[in-house]
Amino acid sequence: MDVTFSVNGERVRVDVEPRHTLADVLREQCGLTGTHLGCEHGVCGACTVLVDGQPARACLMFGVQADGSSVVTVEGLAGDDELHPLQEAFVVHHGLQCGFCTPGMLISAMHLLDTDPEPTREKIREQMSGNICRCTGYIGIVDAIAAAADVMRSGDTGVSDRVSARAQETPSHIEEPKRSPPPGG
Amino acid sequence: MKCAPFDYVRAASVDEVIRTLVGANGEGKILAGGQSLVPVLALRMARPSVLVDINRIPGLGTVTRDGSDVQVGTLTRHSVLAEQIHHPLLAEAARWIGHTAIRSRGTAGGSIAHADPSAELPVVAVGTGATVTMAGPGGTRSLPAGELFVSALTTSLAEDEMITSVRFPVPSRWGFAEFARRHGDFALVIAVVAEIEDSVRIALGGVGAIPVRAAAAEQVLANGGTAREAAAAASNEISPTADLHGSAPFRRAMAAEMVRRALAQAGVN
Ligand SMILES: Cc1cc2nc3c(=O)[nH]c(=O)nc-3n(C[C@H](O)[C@H](O)[C@H](O)COP(=O)(O)OP(=O)(O)OC[C@H]3O[C@@H](n4cnc5c(N)ncnc54)[C@H](O)[C@@H]3O)c2cc1C
Ligand code: FES
Ligand code: FES
Repeated sequence: MDVTFSVNGERVRVDVEPRHTLADVLREQCGLTGTHLGCEHGVCGACTVLVDGQPARACLMFGVQADGSSVVTVEGLAGDDELHPLQEAFVVHHGLQCGFCTPGMLISAMHLLDTDPEPTREKIREQMSGNICRCTGYIGIVDAIAAAADVMRSGDTGVSDRVSARAQETPSHIEEPKRSPPPGG
Repeated sequence: MKCAPFDYVRAASVDEVIRTLVGANGEGKILAGGQSLVPVLALRMARPSVLVDINRIPGLGTVTRDGSDVQVGTLTRHSVLAEQIHHPLLAEAARWIGHTAIRSRGTAGGSIAHADPSAELPVVAVGTGATVTMAGPGGTRSLPAGELFVSALTTSLAEDEMITSVRFPVPSRWGFAEFARRHGDFALVIAVVAEIEDSVRIALGGVGAIPVRAAAAEQVLANGGTAREAAAAASNEISPTADLHGSAPFRRAMAAEMVRRALAQAGVN
């Protein structure tokens, strides 16, 4: 079936098999492999994308259902030269290790900060409860989202410096933050 | 973990859904939020040959106050239910369903039709005495929620019927309590208390194959007994089974505690 939708602001038109999930279509037909598939039955959250502004499991929607929608994937976060503040914060605060869960974490966190720019740590934990991470132990993820929220509220540029500055204040991180490759690759 | 092939029909009206289901001869399935059906398909626990997507049918996703009831369209997303102000008990229950990304797509009618023994909305439906309206080849009919649930994941809906809306009476006082292992997990035990027309109704989920009224506990209250006595009665009248997540005595104890909390929240002492 022919479907047309927008992904990260770009219009795509693909011929999809109905049984293929939105995640399959994004990964295999749009070449956007940032959306990861872990469990393929809605539990892990790795495949979370935004569909018309709302977070959705891309493994629980069929590609045909996206017809006419606008989809945002992790590839839509970074600008041309700069990572999104959330991505910066995940790097600095050790919000990822293997990176498998990270695309879903970032999309869920972005939706959280869109709806609540000043979440408590409690609220962050609650809102991120649908995303499973087998590596980090979550502390770094919560730290990163809290730090990104501060940066995004302050609203100006020079994002990475300030995220790093926050990292120095956090006692749990002893090492000088190192740069890792951007998540979602 | 991929679904078997199926034909996909994007229905534009309820009539088209019924026609397609009739034409599919029992091989058709309605696709609403997909939050329960797609996992079932991915795990190949079901292999329908036709999926009828009802998501684009207009007018089925609204919540409206109608006298002493609230009418919930079948496509009302859990996230919308959680935010509406007409029925605070429903809003509270919806907040306990899964996670944000599940609530943004999962629907009220889908949850009722799926009839998971640990799901929140079926317990609220039984607790408040809701009425489920469905369309079928012979027109529409309505059924009390208590008569819809047959056993775990099974309702009395025919294969060519579709739920169109659910009417929930608004309680004058209410309480909702749930015990789950982790935030967003399916419940181990749910208790709903709803005072409707001066009588206190109590329903429990997670303690059997379908949501049940705690009739003995309700009777204790009607006879002037205390909340504590009612909670004890509730835990005695159920017959929970043991599973991976808890033994039968544990579920009994949890049921008593959840009833106690829900009654306290409702202000019933
Ligand atoms: C990770 C995860 C966690 C979850 N946690 C919870 C939880 O804590 N509590 C909870 O209650 N639920 C939970 N759910 C399930 C969720 O609430 C589903 O949204 C709901 O059970 C089904 O609604 P749906 O709209 O997604 O229906 P679908 O998945 O589309 O359909 C489910 C079934 O109902 C049928 N159906 C759907 N609509 C109709 C209709 N109008 N008429 C007749 N039949 C219909 C379908 O044919 C199918 O058999 C969870 C799901 C996931 C993936
Ligand atoms: S892959 Fe979609 S939730 Fe796990
Ligand atoms: S970083 Fe490995 S699963 Fe989260």
